[in-house]
Amino acid sequence: MPNRYWLVILLTALSLQAHAKESAADNYKAYCVQCHGLQGNGNGVNIRDMSVVPRDHTDAKSMSGRSDETIFKAIKEGGPAIDKSILMPPWGGTLSDEEITDLVQHLRMLCKCKFGS
Amino acid sequence: MKRILLATLLGFSGAALADGGLLQKECVSCHNISGPTAQTLNEAFAKKGPDLFYAGNKYRQQWLVSWLQKPRRIRPTGIYYGNHIKAGAKEDEIDAATLTPHLALSKADATAVAAELMKLKVHDDLIAKEKIESGTISKQMGEMTFNKFLGCMACHLIEPEYGGFSGPELYTATQRLQPEFMASYIRNPQAWDPKSWMPNKHLSDVNIQKLVRYLDLLSKESANAK
Ligand code: HEC
Ligand code: HEC
Ligand code: HEC
Repeated sequence: MPNRYWLVILLTALSLQAHAKESAADNYKAYCVQCHGLQGNGNGVNIRDMSVVPRDHTDAKSMSGRSDETIFKAIKEGGPAIDKSILMPPWGGTLSDEEITDLVQHLRMLCKCKFGS
Repeated sequence: MKRILLATLLGFSGAALADGGLLQKECVSCHNISGPTAQTLNEAFAKKGPDLFYAGNKYRQQWLVSWLQKPRRIRPTGIYYGNHIKAGAKEDEIDAATLTPHLALSKADATAVAAELMKLKVHDDLIAKEKIESGTISKQMGEMTFNKFLGCMACHLIEPEYGGFSGPELYTATQRLQPEFMASYIRNPQAWDPKSWMPNKHLSDVNIQKLVRYLDLLSKESANAK
């Protein structure tokens, strides 16, 4: 019965997706901490020789100067997509759009700020 | 003479053990030798050593034999890096006290284990997609590409004292790794490990070839320096 087949495929796909989504806190810990630091303040273990230092995600002043869309783009496509350093890598090959949206909210929590305030 | 004989005998008994599963016995507590790799971050955070289930697609056998006898650190922040760093006065620092030396094997055991590891080739498919073109690159051009244009230095050392710490040192990469593996991993780390800490930078073929050549050049220099 082909109909049944589709249902099984659909359910499998859905469960795989649910399985695949990670929390923003875990994604930050896995991928961002290496440069942005344990405290999110830009002082990661990798920064010694970097010519441009990673953004301090706890700095409300600079983070409120960026819209959510700009931050999303920087994370997905990397620094150069918003005229910033190549040292900020693109994460579109690692994270889903949904996970990146969650990360933007996570950064808003770290800076305790919103766009324009 | 007697000593040598004894050592040889011990060596052989070790090797015999390896056939019966030294890998199984001594290595699986920290290394995944049967796959698949971590599918979730929680599994990835819990890793205690690099995946070895595709070792035959990745390492040079000769390197394995010598490294296993005389292991030295190639991942400055160990595995997983988050467990081996701490907040420092300014930037995060490597927490050296949490990094332990790797166990060393006798020559016979290392030889036997390396031969076992080289049989683990579940990613022949990925390797078959890579073609390494011969060619040369100047050190200066390589450095510009690696550091400035592509930003690889953020996570990798290209000299003992230059670069980042969350990835494996790369000035010895070609001594350790097969060139097709390097090309494939640089092209798409997630094809090898969906949760890899290394991002896919969507590089062109030209850049991938340049990087592999540059890493080759660096490794030859570091081998000559010894
Ligand atoms: C290899 C080091 C590195 C990693 C890993 C990294 N970043 Fe960055 N990031 C940087 C650098 C360097 C900058 C500063 C770029 C500049 O100012 O030109 C930056 C800047 C940013 C910015 C600010 C862009 C702007 O100017 O508005 C955001 C947002 C950001 N990173 C988010 C993240 C997130 C989220 C992650 C993890 C998924 C991450 N970064 C991982 C190095 C890194
Ligand atoms: C206590 C955990 C532990 C055990 C047991 C262990 N390893 Fe490892 N192994 C590690 C860690 C951690 C690394 C990364 C070391 C580094 O680069 O600093 C590593 C690295 C390696 C590497 C180098 C690979 C790379 O890319 O970094 C090889 C090869 C290897 N181990 C083989 C073995 C074999 C074979 C055994 C069994 C005889 C074994 N290991 C037992 C933890 C372990
Ligand atoms: C955000 C950090 C980061 C960036 C940026 C990065 N890498 Fe990596 N890279 C890693 C990590 C971590 C690994 C180890 C993955 C593993 O074995 O689990 C790795 C592995 C590798 C390997 C395989 C080495 C080995 O011993 O297994 C090569 C080759 C490599 N990277 C080259 C590059 C190149 C070339 C670039 C620039 C285009 C680059 N990397 C950018 C983090 C990074």
